[in-house]
Amino acid sequence: MNVAVLHLLAALLLAPLFPGVINRVKARFAGRQGAPLFQLYFDLAKLLKKGAVFSTTSTWLFRAGSAGVLATSLAALVFVPAWGCPSLIHFQGDFILFAYLLGLGRFLTMLAALDTGSAFEGMGASREAFFSALAEPALLLGLAVLAGFSHSLSLQGIYLSIPGVPLPALFFLLVAFGIIFLAENARIPVDDPNTHLELTMIHEVMVLDHSGPDLALIEYAGALRLWATGLLVVGLLPIRTELPLLDLADAIFLLFAWAVVVGVVESSMARLRINRVPLLLGVAFVLSVLSLFWRVK
Amino acid sequence: MQANLPIPWLLLAALLLYPITGIAGLLAKRKSNWGRWLFPAGAIGAAVLGMVPVCRVLATGVPIDLQLPWTLPVGSFHLGLDPLSAWFAIPVLLVSALSALYGTGYMRSSEGRSGIGLHRLCFQLLAGGMLLVLLARDGFLFLMAWEIMSMAAFFLVVFDHEEDSVRKAGWIYLAATHLGTAFLFALFILMAVTTGSTDLSPAQFAAAPFAGIAFILAIIGFGSKAGFFGLHVWLPEAHPAAPSHVSGLMSGVMIKTGIYGILRILMLYTDWQAWWGWLLLGIGIVSGLGGVLFALLQHDLKRILAYHSVENIGIIALGMGVGVLGSTEQLPLVALLGFSGALLHVLNHALFKTALFMGAGSVVHACGTRQIEQMGGLAKKMPFTAALSTVAAIAICGLPPLNGFASEFLIYSAAGQGLLHGETLTPLLFAVLSIVALAAIGGLACFCFAKVIGIVFLGEPRSTQAAQAHEVEPIMISPLFLIVAACIGLGLFSFLLVPILGNIAATLTPGRISEPSFTLIPYLVPIGVVGIGLWLLLGATVLLRRRFLRGKIKSSAPTWDCGYSQPSARMQYTGSSFVQPLQSTFEPLLKTTIEGQPPQGIFPEPTELETETPDPVMARGYEPLFRRAADLFGRFRAIQNGRVQLYVAYIAVVLLAVLLWSVR
Repeated sequence: MNVAVLHLLAALLLAPLFPGVINRVKARFAGRQGAPLFQLYFDLAKLLKKGAVFSTTSTWLFRAGSAGVLATSLAALVFVPAWGCPSLIHFQGDFILFAYLLGLGRFLTMLAALDTGSAFEGMGASREAFFSALAEPALLLGLAVLAGFSHSLSLQGIYLSIPGVPLPALFFLLVAFGIIFLAENARIPVDDPNTHLELTMIHEVMVLDHSGPDLALIEYAGALRLWATGLLVVGLLPIRTELPLLDLADAIFLLFAWAVVVGVVESSMARLRINRVPLLLGVAFVLSVLSLFWRVK
Repeated sequence: MQANLPIPWLLLAALLLYPITGIAGLLAKRKSNWGRWLFPAGAIGAAVLGMVPVCRVLATGVPIDLQLPWTLPVGSFHLGLDPLSAWFAIPVLLVSALSALYGTGYMRSSEGRSGIGLHRLCFQLLAGGMLLVLLARDGFLFLMAWEIMSMAAFFLVVFDHEEDSVRKAGWIYLAATHLGTAFLFALFILMAVTTGSTDLSPAQFAAAPFAGIAFILAIIGFGSKAGFFGLHVWLPEAHPAAPSHVSGLMSGVMIKTGIYGILRILMLYTDWQAWWGWLLLGIGIVSGLGGVLFALLQHDLKRILAYHSVENIGIIALGMGVGVLGSTEQLPLVALLGFSGALLHVLNHALFKTALFMGAGSVVHACGTRQIEQMGGLAKKMPFTAALSTVAAIAICGLPPLNGFASEFLIYSAAGQGLLHGETLTPLLFAVLSIVALAAIGGLACFCFAKVIGIVFLGEPRSTQAAQAHEVEPIMISPLFLIVAACIGLGLFSFLLVPILGNIAATLTPGRISEPSFTLIPYLVPIGVVGIGLWLLLGATVLLRRRFLRGKIKSSAPTWDCGYSQPSARMQYTGSSFVQPLQSTFEPLLKTTIEGQPPQGIFPEPTELETETPDPVMARGYEPLFRRAADLFGRFRAIQNGRVQLYVAYIAVVLLAVLLWSVR
């Protein structure tokens, strides 16, 4: 229990470092010095001090959106275990609640985007809705397969018994979850957070009209989501130490290693054409299906 | 028994109050206050009377049985209220009452019209007919109640019969319901023949033969009412055509009588086969995905909601399929969770779908059109309707912490238990299929309702009517408010219903589950606890945001449009553009027709774009079929040429033939 609280505190404090690491890796690949690792902390502090500009078109839904997104990200974080380190709350079936909490956050972001009446934000919302509808079955199927192996329906139980899962199945799921991670968090090759053209964005374009504290809440919620979904990926490595505290430290270390991997992936490939993204998510789904065969045997 | 005596009479009083107030409403003067207020008063009174026995049966589990005198040569006036009937009676009683209240406001502008009295009568007959369907314990009585319900709904649908499209919708509904009823006739005749009586008591069905045929007949007959994909074609026609409080009642409650019928048949024929479960599961997956995919592509607000009924009926059928399979695979927990989830979703869908139709009705009332591309920005003009509809939309997407999530979670848990405890391939297969289907349905439902809420209520108004819209009167908002409050409450406190759900599921799977209510608690209590936590967290983040914004400069500016400072309402994303990625990806399946020219030249002329996604089953199934049938039967027109002499000759020939045959 105490370790779980520690994990939550670590996540709340360290999550904004995650995008910092990715960006630093990308900068190094591009031969640049890059922004400081703690850039997001500076940004958040600055944004929280600022006032806000609201679109005249927007309503209370736009204002509720940022708070709602943060609330759902925080709630989802509570259910994620860091390796063998237990999660704060767990019950049978909480992996479904986890996926649906992220879904609620997305839904509120989409409504806030549509609330501005901007064609760009509408386009972003449309793409986000479509791609997440494709990613959701792949994620839940993957988790269901793992649940079958571990004989538990909670994320904590599932991730505790990862070492017992056959390696080929784990490998397929690692790739599948990696793709889902990139889609869920709007990274290359699904979406480019640094593109200069609104027309090609997905997630960033949805928050074009958010400013000041609202933007800070959304950016922070995004960092927490990176943390939570990142743990789903690195938790698939079949090593556990039996010591929750050590597991927590290992998981956090690996999480940042995963950030480096994401940075490398983002540096080494371009964003996919929008109409190719469903194929990539299809690959994730097929890999989840493939991992199922080791359960049948 | 003496003490129980008034309870069945309350039930009868509720049943009679509907037609009595209906006839009084027919006789009342069109514009009289008397006629106007008798309409909701009758439905509310019946709900108050009826809820007493319903709650009693649900709380105690002791069924009510009532045999009354009957003068017809066939059948008997045998009524009963067991927990299954009582569960379905909750939405019938409550949603009818709230829909009538909403309808009082909705129909105010139509009060001078000639059909208003008939409308009031048929509304009460629909509600009373649905209640009688649930109570009937005799096949003959059941079919009579079924026809009262179906015909009353027909007259309600064609209220605006001056419009061509409404008449067409009415005919499609009438044909669909009667084709369905034909299968029900076959079913009840089969049951009467094999058991030797028209009575529907379980004892007689213990070893009734032809159970498989009876099940198939029930799936087609009841499925056409429930709106299984393939048999659903009347929903997207009839729901938009009907007045909105009627659409809400039909979509939220009436189609559930089909589900009730299938559950009743499952209760009678206890010798279930695995393929029954696979069939229900398959129907559930196809209806769920088909419903939501075609909902996405529609532009008519009420048509979208109609397709979502197909989707939700699919989720219910999926839960039932998992329940049957769990039962045949000897996995009692799976069966319990599957059936409980399906039953809870019946109630939940009745609530949020009615709420959405009420919201849609208010929007249509305010804008004068059902086309969502003509709407926009209504959240500012109609704040209450917009807020309540948004909550209902989140509920129908199955997102926490609302009631849609609670019931979907039970079905997910049923599948999850299949994953854990199934040692063979079958549980693994149905578990994986249901989880993937539910996830896909859920994701696409979010897509669709982001479109509905976003295009209808958010952004800038796309037409002058939308710009001039006003909030509707309180009598149309208050029922919506009550239903949405119920959605929020059920999202948190559905565990209070655990004993009831467990009871019904246990009667469906007799002798298989010990302590059903106890086994359900670990599934619904955490949902409630986490739900409360999520509301608190939401409150906390809202306060946090306020805290950060306090004392800061808050200014307004036009929406950022990449430096373009004069964005107009017509530059917004439309509903069609919102779903374009999906439409182009699933093009071979959806067959959307797109007509129009892109703007051409340096000074382009105005141009237009039209997209339409016709119903695949209607366009490629029933329409060619019925056209061919019409051609075929058209050939017989020659013998019906309007000459009375010839008709007399036909009669004479037939009589002669019969005479010859009998003396042979």
